[in-house]
Amino acid sequence: MPDAETALLLARIQFAFTVSFHFIFPALSIGLASYLAVLEGLWLKTGRDRYLKLFRYWLKIFAVTFAMGVVSGIVMSYQFGTNWSVFSDRAGPIIGPLMAYEVLTAFFLEAGFLGVMLFGMEKVGKKLHFAATLMVAVGTAISAFWILSVNSWMQTPVGFTTNAVGQYILAGSWFDVIFNPSFPYRLVHTVIAAYLTTAMVVGGVGAWHLLKGRGNKNVRAMFSMAMWMAALAVPVQIFVGDLHGLNTLEHQPAKVMAMEGHYQSHPDGAPLILFGIPDSEAETVRYAVEIPKLSSLILKHDPNAPLAGLDTVPEEDRPPVGIVFWSFRVMVGIGFLMLGLGLWSLWARLRGKLFEARWLHRFALVMGPSGFVAVIAGWITTEVGRQPWVIYHVMRTEDAVSPLAAPAVSGSLIAFVIVYFSVFAAGTLYILKLMAHPPETDEQPLGDEDSGPIRTAGITPASQIKGEKG
Amino acid sequence: MQDPTLTVIWALIIAIGIAAYVVMDGFDLGIGILFKGFSVGKERNMAMNAIAPVWDGNETWLVLGGGGLLAAFPLAYAVILPALYAPLIAMLLGLVFRGVAFEFRWRDPGHRAFWDFGFSAGSLVATFAQGITLGALLQGIEVEGRAYGGGWWDWLTPFSLLCGVALVIGYAALGACWLVMKTTGEIQADARRYAVWTVPALLAAIGAVSLATPFVEPQYFERWFERPGLFATIPMPLLVAGAAFMAWRDLRAGRDYRPFFWVLALFLLAMVGLGVSIWPDVIPGRVSIFDAAAPRESQIFMLVGAAVLVPLIAGYTAWAYWVFRGKVDEAGYH
Repeated sequence: MPDAETALLLARIQFAFTVSFHFIFPALSIGLASYLAVLEGLWLKTGRDRYLKLFRYWLKIFAVTFAMGVVSGIVMSYQFGTNWSVFSDRAGPIIGPLMAYEVLTAFFLEAGFLGVMLFGMEKVGKKLHFAATLMVAVGTAISAFWILSVNSWMQTPVGFTTNAVGQYILAGSWFDVIFNPSFPYRLVHTVIAAYLTTAMVVGGVGAWHLLKGRGNKNVRAMFSMAMWMAALAVPVQIFVGDLHGLNTLEHQPAKVMAMEGHYQSHPDGAPLILFGIPDSEAETVRYAVEIPKLSSLILKHDPNAPLAGLDTVPEEDRPPVGIVFWSFRVMVGIGFLMLGLGLWSLWARLRGKLFEARWLHRFALVMGPSGFVAVIAGWITTEVGRQPWVIYHVMRTEDAVSPLAAPAVSGSLIAFVIVYFSVFAAGTLYILKLMAHPPETDEQPLGDEDSGPIRTAGITPASQIKGEKG
Repeated sequence: MQDPTLTVIWALIIAIGIAAYVVMDGFDLGIGILFKGFSVGKERNMAMNAIAPVWDGNETWLVLGGGGLLAAFPLAYAVILPALYAPLIAMLLGLVFRGVAFEFRWRDPGHRAFWDFGFSAGSLVATFAQGITLGALLQGIEVEGRAYGGGWWDWLTPFSLLCGVALVIGYAALGACWLVMKTTGEIQADARRYAVWTVPALLAAIGAVSLATPFVEPQYFERWFERPGLFATIPMPLLVAGAAFMAWRDLRAGRDYRPFFWVLALFLLAMVGLGVSIWPDVIPGRVSIFDAAAPRESQIFMLVGAAVLVPLIAGYTAWAYWVFRGKVDEAGYH
């Protein structure tokens, strides 16, 4: 492989690796920030102690998650330039301002109020503290708004023209650029995904403690809240996901063809391939299990509607089918499992068995990390599915890369792999350690346990003394 | 087309953003650099607590520097970042260790020594890499068309290493003075001792970099020794030496607050000096801010936002500092 080609491949692997790792943390922190705001709001409104204890419990987990999100996010903001400099030069005039707005409206807001949220309860009082929590939650949502707008513009670019030096510059209004055709769908779909990821985590932790016989009122409250979220938000998410898919069909049909495994066109109704092994050489899906005409029914709302296949797309413009086909199925499969969990919990709730149904708890425990898998799978679907373009039908990925030597990129990739796996594995371990003990009835605020060792289980005399102090 | 006035305004905004980053994350990183010099337990906990509530906000200015450069001067962003690939990646990885240590050291007392090491090594690497970045930019970057045209070791020269060392000393001095201001007792005495020798060292470092700079690029020589640069050349050494002396004297006199602000003044003077050297280039000798500027539509769109949001950010950041004003204690904020 020539050096330039190796360097391109390495740069792509590095971006995929660092962005996938990064995405895990905001997927949880966006949801957790809102959850914390809800908990603190409920505490202020009802005065019920359980909400305060849950707030303190999840705040510690949020702090670790947020720190990992911040440090992995800064890497992303520099990687556009270090590894994708041609893209940065050309697209900078369009996406640069949107990212600058993300920094100005979201990052500073989150970071500015985070200190008060974590450490400031007794310095500023309840109401101002709640305001700080709200600002952090709003900040995470605004951040999602801008970065998904950038991503969506790269998927469905509009409102630009090319200047004399090859840069894409505004032609029309910024409103069109920001609210580009795929943005509303992607934003709603991704934010709900973050909420569901959080709900699965909270539900999984609650289920664990219920199974372990540590179902105090705090545990019950959080399990119940998570199951409400699963029951109510999953159906909405499936509906929104369908709309997002239809939007993709309109603007990026080749991506949908890869998702569906449709190598060939189907002039009178396309089948829905449930499973199979895509073979891009032979342009067919081997061992396909398919339901006739269902794909046309889903995508066109007409079983006999013709659907074009990848045979209508020039070979050099086709996305890799195998990855997209499978990542899409993983995402959808998890979505329906989440739906099952939500419905099951509703049924158990109706029968008054929500806190006793052990198989439900086991299922919820297994589903605990499922949100992360679904989010990453969905992200892979949309990002690999738009290949070979970095800006859809405007700029190819291979033309976007920095003029870097392969050894430089392989060196950095190795460093990222080592550091990310060790640091974020440690962080994950610490989060699991925090989750391993239930939210206690004397749950301490962040900072109080700082000068002493953390209690991993049970109530010790020392912690009771500290509890009186807090 | 771009607008020259807007371009100058944006250059100033980016410069202010970088200055804000350097002084604010500077003292965080400086405390990290000195961290191993504080005794395990109470002293280190206090040093950490002196920055825990504000470090994230401080680091955000670095993201603004990167994002702002991409938005306002995309060509500069596209040339500088690949040119400084190795030091920038090292900086990012250093910041990873530094950032997670704030949380991880409390979560895992059994491995606290490891995360303390990560905090301090990460801070040192990030700072050294930032200094090298500055030095490599000052000494010049090969440009070919609209891209970086040099090799991936071009950044490594005695001059860039000198700048790296200088910045480590500078941040250490800032960090020590921050602790003198924010703490009491033993750790304050230790911090004061570190400050007393890092401040003169910083003066020497600024002197060394200043003397070397005019010789790495002939343009700097002209800018400093011809008008209007000459007006800065004459008073600058006096001002720098004066600020360093005042910081040193106030440290020795047992003052808590003033030394930090004198070192801050030293940094600002150094940055004015950099401005005189570079202006109006963004890549010295190769690309001016006018060559690199984004088109007018992009400049205006962001300026509207910046005009509203930057004062707001300054306001609530100041509030966050105000909430955590005064001396810190060991056990954290509660």
